[in-house]
Amino acid sequence: MTALLEVSDLSRAYEVRRGSWPFGKMATLHAVDGVSFELQAGRTLGLVGESGCGKTTTAKLVLGLVPVTGGEVRIDGESLPAAGTQPWRALRRRMQMVYQDPLGALDRRLSVGRQVMEPLAIHGLGGRLAEHREKAMAMMDAVGLAAHHFDRFPHELSGGQRQRIVLARALILDPQLLVCDEPISALDVSIQAQVVNLLLALQQRLGLAYLFISHDLRMIRQVSHEVAVMYLGRIVEQGDPDRLFAAPAHPYTQALVSAIPTHARQKRRRTVLPGEPPNPVDRPAGCAFHPRCRHAVARCRVETPQLRVLADGRRAACHLVEQIVASAA
Amino acid sequence: MAQGTDALVSLRGLTVDFDTGKRIVRALHGIDLEVRRGEALGLVGESGCGKSITWLAALGLLGGRARIGGEVRLGGRNLVSAPVTDLEKVRGRRIAMIFQDPSSSLNPVHRIGRQLGEALRLHRGLQGRAADAEARRLLDRVGIADAGRRLGDFPHELSGGMNQRVMIAMALAGQPDLLVADEPTTALDATIQAQILELLAEIRRDTGMALVLISHDLGVVSENTERVCVMYAGRIVEDAPIDTVFDSPAHPYTRGLLAALPELEGPRRALVPIAGVVPEPSNLPPGCSFAPRCDRRIPACEAATPPAIPLAVDHRVACIRP
Repeated sequence: MTALLEVSDLSRAYEVRRGSWPFGKMATLHAVDGVSFELQAGRTLGLVGESGCGKTTTAKLVLGLVPVTGGEVRIDGESLPAAGTQPWRALRRRMQMVYQDPLGALDRRLSVGRQVMEPLAIHGLGGRLAEHREKAMAMMDAVGLAAHHFDRFPHELSGGQRQRIVLARALILDPQLLVCDEPISALDVSIQAQVVNLLLALQQRLGLAYLFISHDLRMIRQVSHEVAVMYLGRIVEQGDPDRLFAAPAHPYTQALVSAIPTHARQKRRRTVLPGEPPNPVDRPAGCAFHPRCRHAVARCRVETPQLRVLADGRRAACHLVEQIVASAA
Repeated sequence: MAQGTDALVSLRGLTVDFDTGKRIVRALHGIDLEVRRGEALGLVGESGCGKSITWLAALGLLGGRARIGGEVRLGGRNLVSAPVTDLEKVRGRRIAMIFQDPSSSLNPVHRIGRQLGEALRLHRGLQGRAADAEARRLLDRVGIADAGRRLGDFPHELSGGMNQRVMIAMALAGQPDLLVADEPTTALDATIQAQILELLAEIRRDTGMALVLISHDLGVVSENTERVCVMYAGRIVEDAPIDTVFDSPAHPYTRGLLAALPELEGPRRALVPIAGVVPEPSNLPPGCSFAPRCDRRIPACEAATPPAIPLAVDHRVACIRP
């Protein structure tokens, strides 16, 4: 069966100037470098990593909002058409995006109802206004907004309700894929759970696929069928969320999991990574993680490790992963 | 809560009213809180619950539109009625504060060294070479390598984590008895957050400084403090040792917060959200502010604001049906 979304060897590089204009030399920044994954209908792929690791760029590449510099995105086996073309517009109906800041994603001067109906007009979906209105009402009801919200404005609603508007607006086109870029990070804890539960219920009912991006490992585990961990533009570990977070194999995933403060871990010792992620322009040679890795050997400094399948089915990009897993067990 | 003699700072019935021009809105409804010497206290709650305002008010940092009532006792004097010159001797010297976004707390047009030097001159009267040496020692203390060269850097030349280290160094410049850290790691990545929290713990071990850690993240608070106060709509609803909060939370809101949080390990369970939304400060429901969202609500909850009831020596809860 062809996957709904298939991404192979996806890359995006930017030419940037090191230092200030006009003195700095030009250099290449690899925001995303050789990322591959598949996503089936009705499933969720969680993408985690720290700021600057390329999660959001990956999301934009998938939707064609940023042109690729290498690799390919396929939807239902068909290559993604160039952005702005008619076939791309038609395809965008099936792939929608949800951003972190709902207030920034909404038009403050349009009423909630008009914004939810707008995609129908943009995509030239026929029918009279009354039909659009009916459809918008039904969609608002599906995401837990009341009928009286139809004529309100975004600033009159709470953060959680605004994210529901964004969802209703994305879902009114009946998409198959929703790219969610930190959709709950701006919300309070008690509201996060409401929105996450809504996303899970909608997936069940509508068979949606989610590409779910977050820096919150606990939320990613809650929603994902599969997780990919990114570091400096590459996937370093990918697999089943429960196994991956319970026993991370890649040294970076280990450090990331260990850095999450939880009450259960209170008495346990954590591994604090030395240093900070390097500037993506100065990506270290070999394994990009080697300067911060306590296991690094000479080979890590010269040879870039490829993602490969481990005994338990997950994938990791580390030369020493078998030894590291064996010593942790 | 037991009124120990070892209290460093105690807040009594602290209230804050904001004059919006049209009407007066109460943001803080009488906070009773004690910070003991050397203690690490967590303050958790969702946005708008008053956790930051509590300490901004205590230090007189809220500006002219805020009216502050109640008492903030530090070493036998009340800071609320104290003149500005007295407050200036407290701020940064006895009680220092750091904030969520270090790059907006630092002055972008001055070098790190000059800003650290200013803090050292104001709080310790150090000048010239002595100030330079002390600035270098402080940067070194907060884990910034090559401190001598870094003193000549501007904030934009440092990363977010490094800037937060500089802020901590500036806070340490006055050798405070208490550091109030307002969401100090919220803007930072997970691995950098771990570094900063580790640094704060290390400094506390070395200096015996007390810490108030304000955070929306129960996980962060649980690993780094001994006691936690949970705030909701301008009131403390539960005050207990950290293990008690996690093992036997008494207030329905605390229980709700815990049920809404996913775990990183163990079986995945469906999250139980707290229904409804946080009320506006200008439009609080009658009685207990949490009542409309509470599944244990009875008519009496809406009749009067529940007082803080002691459940144990070190555990109090503001709920009539805990």
